Amino acid sequence: MSTFYFIAFLSIFFSILVITAKNPVHSILYLILTFFTFTVHYVLLNAQFLAVVNFIVYMGAILVLFLYTLMLINLNKESEPRKSNVVKIAGFIGGGCFLLTIVAAVKAFNISQPVVLHDPNLGLVKNLGKILFNEYLLPFEVSSVLLLSAMVGAVLLATKDPKTT
Amino acid sequence: METLTQIPLNHYILLSSIIFSIGVIGVLIRRNAIVIFMSVELMLNSVNLLLAAFSVYRGDATGQVFVFFIMALAAAEVAVGLAIIVMIYRNTNSIDINVLDRLKW
Repeated sequence: MSTFYFIAFLSIFFSILVITAKNPVHSILYLILTFFTFTVHYVLLNAQFLAVVNFIVYMGAILVLFLYTLMLINLNKESEPRKSNVVKIAGFIGGGCFLLTIVAAVKAFNISQPVVLHDPNLGLVKNLGKILFNEYLLPFEVSSVLLLSAMVGAVLLATKDPKTT
Repeated sequence: METLTQIPLNHYILLSSIIFSIGVIGVLIRRNAIVIFMSVELMLNSVNLLLAAFSVYRGDATGQVFVFFIMALAAAEVAVGLAIIVMIYRNTNSIDINVLDRLKW
């Protein structure tokens, strides 16, 4: 029970650090910690497949890709120019209004039933695999085409144009 | 197993919306393109957590399948987006998004 609140506090704390850290490398490291707390959330929800996939795909693949890109781009020469305070305050007000709207809507609906796990093997690989390969077979294949096209597109974009160089 | 999840559903909704708003604020206040990208990832993850929580709440595994698809989409999006950022850096020697208002150079 209290584990959830502790982990939730850590998630919010690290995600605030992600957007406030001056150095982008520190920002990425805080993002890794944030995703780790999300993995713990999935474990608490007994979504074991999602926990493992989140751990491998997000913390393993995506954030390593971010780090590589950041090291490819040499940012040590000039630090990031800061936005003016007016834009920052406007951003905080915009995000705050968004949060306020959602919180007010949640308060108005007043859903306070606890999240109880009825079926213990809901998030296990066996159950999810049966659903994924029966009902969602077509989206699964389409997502493989999407990944292939994204890979081809990324290689095409990141290679240098032979005409200009 | 029964001690696992006794948290009210609104606390999950509140946590996800707080992290989503942090992502929105990060997109609005930063100028580094990579940090903006990371804020987008933060928003995607908060939605993933909410989908998983609702999936457990309803006892329906469809939500977790959707999270799986969102993760595949996020991987594709990151690959293409980071390639675009690398290309922008090569052309302008900066990843400040304010140099992108011309879209042509």
